[in-house]
Amino acid sequence: MTAHVRNAADAGASVLSVRNISKAFGGIKAVDDVSFDVNSGEILGLIGPNGSGKSTLFNCILGQLKPDQGEVRVNGQSVAGKRACDLNKLGVGRTFQMLQVFPQMTVLENIILAGQEHQGTMFTRLFGPSDAGLTEEAAKLIDFFRLGHLRDELAGSLSYGQQKLLDAAMAFMAGPSLVLLDEPAGGVNLTMLENLKERLVAFNRERGSTFVVIEHNMDFVMSLCTRILVLAGGRIIAEGTPAEIRSNPEVIEAYLGG
Amino acid sequence: MNSRNLILVLVGIAALIAAPLGQGNYVIYVLCSWLIFSIAAMGLNLTLGYAGQVSLAQAAFMGIGAYTTALLTMAGVHWIFAAPAAMVLCFVIGLVLGYPALRVQHHFLAFVTLAFSTLTFLVLRNEEWLTGGSLGLVGIMRPKFLGFDTMPQLHFYYFTLAVFVLVALLFWGLVHSPWGRAFKALRENPIRANSLGVDIRRMTLLAFAIGSALGGLAGALAAPLVQFIDPPAFSLMHSLKILLMVVVGGSGYFFGPILGAGLVIVMPEFLRFTEGYYLMIYAAMVLVLMIVCPTGLIGLGRKFASQFKGRSVRGDLKEGAKL
Ligand SMILES: Nc1ncnc2c1ncn2[C@@H]1O[C@H](COP(=O)(O)OP(=O)(O)OP(=O)(O)O)[C@@H](O)[C@H]1O
Ligand SMILES: [Mg+2]
Repeated sequence: MTAHVRNAADAGASVLSVRNISKAFGGIKAVDDVSFDVNSGEILGLIGPNGSGKSTLFNCILGQLKPDQGEVRVNGQSVAGKRACDLNKLGVGRTFQMLQVFPQMTVLENIILAGQEHQGTMFTRLFGPSDAGLTEEAAKLIDFFRLGHLRDELAGSLSYGQQKLLDAAMAFMAGPSLVLLDEPAGGVNLTMLENLKERLVAFNRERGSTFVVIEHNMDFVMSLCTRILVLAGGRIIAEGTPAEIRSNPEVIEAYLGG
Repeated sequence: MNSRNLILVLVGIAALIAAPLGQGNYVIYVLCSWLIFSIAAMGLNLTLGYAGQVSLAQAAFMGIGAYTTALLTMAGVHWIFAAPAAMVLCFVIGLVLGYPALRVQHHFLAFVTLAFSTLTFLVLRNEEWLTGGSLGLVGIMRPKFLGFDTMPQLHFYYFTLAVFVLVALLFWGLVHSPWGRAFKALRENPIRANSLGVDIRRMTLLAFAIGSALGGLAGALAAPLVQFIDPPAFSLMHSLKILLMVVVGGSGYFFGPILGAGLVIVMPEFLRFTEGYYLMIYAAMVLVLMIVCPTGLIGLGRKFASQFKGRSVRGDLKEGAKL
């Protein structure tokens, strides 16, 4: 899990830099000339009303969608033309807004899959051990997310909240330096939510992982994030600490009006 | 594989060794067909069952494999070189056929592979200078291996069985390797798999290429078995038959297509006494099976097994009961 961990001396450097990204669907400008930076080691919140372009922005950053214009750099390296799997190899993990696990595979297999492409080569993945040598590490991560008792169950048989945790856990298996989470708290109950927040904070402290988190649950965002961006109508309308955002009249306006 | 399964497999192999003893040429021929179609169905099971890519062209690959092997062996090349050449050719063509799968899925992909199947048939029938046209190729020799002549039917059966066991072992290793997991991930959720570093483009192409190469190998065995090949033997109907084997047996399960091939090939022989009705009875049985258990025979077996053992209880519910 240490493959992509940046050393402490890098703290504060820009891990992700987004410049002038735009994306339109037909007449709708889903993302409109957005620029921002994410610094190493920070937990950045991305909030905004429904349809404000948050998920579209993630998909443009991560190679799932091709932006109409703009540039994205990860650790200073342009990601133009890179596919989602290439970005993952560069140490960027993610979750999707819609729950995305592999229902016919066990919890353990889901987690091993999330790490195996970072082990060895195509050749060793064909002729090497079936678990790519990851069983122990995967089990540790599963325990870390408190899913240990479900290790050998099919992912599809888990409850929604448990699958949500598994989904998040998968994003961490390869030891990414940057993780983008799209509504990780949706549908997760309060105790699980505290658990998830604890896990994220622990990853951030222990491994120096950087996060960008989209979330509608304000308590969750305000208590987790160090800095927050507010998106409305595809544009960034505010940026600041949780306290600043809470008292920003434009933000309140966007939420009430939007 | 646990030790109980290992014993089952060894018993199975022993049964396969004993099966043809004391039988006539025709029964041995049917057994050979079963093993050969099992190899083709295993290949399709990789493409369809594991990786989730629909293909209606498996018999076309058998045809390409059979014609390549026939032409090469008739030109004096030993089977041991001709068969791998046939597999490589099918691998490459499968790779090319995989490209449409990167853009289209499901029934669109079925149409693309259906078109390829028809194309192959037309080439086999019309390029007479190479394939002998509708008359086909006659007089394909069975290979000799260091004094072991596969000309007698029983010898040919053991040759086919040896190839089958080798392929099954390698296939087992493949689907239980990280590649196998990546194929399954491709089937279940390609977008998520891609975001976790799985190169879905490469895995899609490989699923087609490896599946097709196994189709080619089945063809390389079919040619010397019948010693005569013509285009109708590899028409769309046979691709559908291989698809049926995979689905009836249990797509995505290792033993599914082997069981399915057995059923599809052996069942008509059993039903022969009903004369004209056998196709109807056969079709009705397939319908009922698909309605009762869409996951095929293996799925049906699992259903019974879990009922026999009592419903499996989810781990956290077990935990809950302890509290
Ligand atoms: N694939 C698509 N095709 C057409 N329009 C789309 C597509 N994806 C998003 N949109 C549109 O882009 C806008 C932004 O959508 P997006 O999903 O990014 O919003 P969001 O901020 O994530 O919303 P939510 O909080 O509800 O998840 C919406 O108006 C949506 O209808
Ligand atoms: Mg969204």
